[in-house]
Amino acid sequence: MKRRSRDEIAQRVALDIPEGAYVNLGIGLPTMVANHLDPAKEIFLHSENGLLGMGPAPAVGEEDEDLINAGKQPVTLLTGGAFFHHADSFAMMRGGHLDICVLGAFQVSARGDLANWHTGAPDAIPAVGGAMDLAIGAKKVFVMMEHQTKSGESKIVPACTYPLTGMACVSRIYTDLATIDVTPDGLAVVDMIEGLTLDVLREITGVPIR
Amino acid sequence: MIDKTVADLRSAVAGIHDGATVMIGGFGHAGMPKALIDALIEQGATDLTIVNNNAGNGDTGLAALLAAGRVKKIICSFPRQSDSHVFDALYRAGKIQLELTPQGNLAERIRAAGAGIGGFFTPTGYGTQLAEGKETRLIDGRQYVLESPIHADFALIKALKGDRWGNLVYRKAARNFGPIMASAARCTIAQVDEIVPLGALDPEVIVTPGIFVQRVVQIGGAQ
Repeated sequence: MKRRSRDEIAQRVALDIPEGAYVNLGIGLPTMVANHLDPAKEIFLHSENGLLGMGPAPAVGEEDEDLINAGKQPVTLLTGGAFFHHADSFAMMRGGHLDICVLGAFQVSARGDLANWHTGAPDAIPAVGGAMDLAIGAKKVFVMMEHQTKSGESKIVPACTYPLTGMACVSRIYTDLATIDVTPDGLAVVDMIEGLTLDVLREITGVPIR
Repeated sequence: MIDKTVADLRSAVAGIHDGATVMIGGFGHAGMPKALIDALIEQGATDLTIVNNNAGNGDTGLAALLAAGRVKKIICSFPRQSDSHVFDALYRAGKIQLELTPQGNLAERIRAAGAGIGGFFTPTGYGTQLAEGKETRLIDGRQYVLESPIHADFALIKALKGDRWGNLVYRKAARNFGPIMASAARCTIAQVDEIVPLGALDPEVIVTPGIFVQRVVQIGGAQ
């Protein structure tokens, strides 16, 4: 049984993003999805700091301090792209205009609660950014993460123990082991890596999955 | 003749009083009005409440204002970053108050102030720590949280070009909080790369109409 690499998880997410979709890729792991989108498809990437039609990183030496993504890395704007202010940018999210957002997570609960902004550790300085707006705004919220923590605990849990980002907001979970839908009737497997069985996945996850 | 342009940075930040609430534009370095912030440090106002998306990056701009000990409270969405060491140290030492707000709520609270809205119900943050103690309401089957507007005494913003009536256009993603902060402050001060003659800005593309702007200062393209 060979687990999906982070790149392979990103590749799997990219398969589910159709032409014409308006998509926000969260900072961190989800940014990798952009590397796997089919260049032949026109997909509109939104960046919460005020870009639609975001393009890839510029060539070395062509970086522009005024043209950055939500992670404050230099990017480009595709022909046809647009700039807008922050209230408009979050209206695109909160108003339900984005088709898909892809987020990382510490934990996702069986009913689709998301925890991804704060570990709750007493000495941690909290920082939320756009995570809570993204979690409740897009039509579909995809989460990509490793299935388990470094110490082997499932990150898919009966109820989140980390502080919540949003309630019942996750549509689909992509991990190094499987792709799982969050449905009104619980978690449902879409696909699994080769060699993994549903029984083993259930045992690893500790939450009912069908 | 109405002329909102001011000759220098010192005049631009004149009158910012101790205890003022000051919005500062920018998302990280993009759109941050560094020349105005430096002028504010020089001017000396203290005990400030600052509204910005972040809490300073590196050692310049907002981070320098924090390091100078002028800020008692910051309202922002994303203070902790790889280069937010100035804020981190002040926060851990208990020397600065933090009001953490989800980014879209921050933007909408600023917009609401500028638009004369007394509060609004948003789904963002419902059921989370950041909504604790706030009024909630079920509207058409969905849960919302009541959020309040953020008004400011002053806004310091950066634009690409301005004219003597205060009309502004921005550059790329440096626009970010500029237009909404301009509307939410009693006195909005814009640093621009270039002051252009009235009529030089195409009225079809003016992003911030001059009604929202009180002072414009040209600092050239360098800062």
